[in-house]
Amino acid sequence: MAFPMLRSTVTLAPNATRGMATLKDIETRLKSVKNIRKITSSMKMVSAAKYARAERALKPARVYGTGAESLYTKNEFESGEDKLIVAISSDRGLCGGVHSGLGKAIKAAHAEKPITKTIIVGDKAKAILQRTMGDTFLATFNNVGKKPASFTDAINVAEEVLSHEADTVDIVYNKFINVVSYDSTTKPIPGVASIEANDAIYNYDEVDSEVLKCYQEFTLANIVYHSIREQECSEQSARMNAMENATRNAGEMIDKLTLAYNRTRQAVITRELIEIISGANALE
Amino acid sequence: YQRRVREAVVSTQSTGSSGINAEYGQVDIPSTTGHFGILPNHVPTIAILLPGVVSITTEAGDIQKFFVSSGTATIHADSTVQILAEEICDVADIDGNAARAALEASKSKLASASSEADKAAAQIEVDVYEGMVAVA
Repeated sequence: MAFPMLRSTVTLAPNATRGMATLKDIETRLKSVKNIRKITSSMKMVSAAKYARAERALKPARVYGTGAESLYTKNEFESGEDKLIVAISSDRGLCGGVHSGLGKAIKAAHAEKPITKTIIVGDKAKAILQRTMGDTFLATFNNVGKKPASFTDAINVAEEVLSHEADTVDIVYNKFINVVSYDSTTKPIPGVASIEANDAIYNYDEVDSEVLKCYQEFTLANIVYHSIREQECSEQSARMNAMENATRNAGEMIDKLTLAYNRTRQAVITRELIEIISGANALE
Repeated sequence: YQRRVREAVVSTQSTGSSGINAEYGQVDIPSTTGHFGILPNHVPTIAILLPGVVSITTEAGDIQKFFVSSGTATIHADSTVQILAEEICDVADIDGNAARAALEASKSKLASASSEADKAAAQIEVDVYEGMVAVA
């Protein structure tokens, strides 16, 4: 015996039952992920273009950089105790592990032997090192990374470095290996005092303090320039890869969400139909 | 006595051109300690370059001349030479008239410079253009 149930055939709005997302929610999510995919895809293309340019600029910079450090590589100069660390990063993120790798290397060195002097190039490194090594900052540079570095930028950094006393200057940056890999590297540069103290320098004829100081200044600027270029190249390639991954992940999410959306849509329609039909049945 | 040649790396930042990296017979450089020539087995030294001409003679006898604005030169015990110039250009590319005009402009800048830094910068310009005019 069926109860004649009077039921109004109002279509119930799909409500969140049992934690299942409503159609509206999925729709909003789908739209936002599609936007994200567009953004990451265009960021990837921009990075790819910048990377191509950075790699081209890196070639001569490498020739120049290795030439500049030839004096230090061909002769064994002792690194002094008093170290000044120059961290080369940039202001912009979304580039994978580039900045955090640098931070890790510096923190490890600090744990091994406390560092008292640092010069930071780029806001990202500054943010990473602020908490633990904030009191060691002698100078920080920002506005780094928007445009490719010029030699003048390297000169400014070198001038700042030379205005502080130190036995050795360690430049920490990410060396570019290839499109998919880079590595954080530390390049030690002995200071004038340590060079003069070393016998090897006397093999070089006619070298006095004046010449050595001038040489050191120019060489440091060159080495800094080379390091900045390597860092730029590493960063752009890392950003390119990160954005590529992000785009791919976004694509996968969109596929999953689209399936969920269609399932939910069909479920809603089916539910409405059931209600209508059962309502109609009840009226008969 | 075997003549051993060595590498010279001559490169520059400004134009981004890649270094000229090869083997040479003799390299002449203008330095603060005088204009001297470097042959294989030259005594190791480091030198600061003045504005002037670096001329590179290959083993075959061809001579390449470059005007450099400043830089450093390093000669190692193994007969390799690294010459790093701040700005570089082929001597053939120097336009005498443009160089003279620039020299006049920089001289007047030197005369009107007030602070020590400005004077030093203007003096450097004058030196470079004087060097260029001498070569053009």
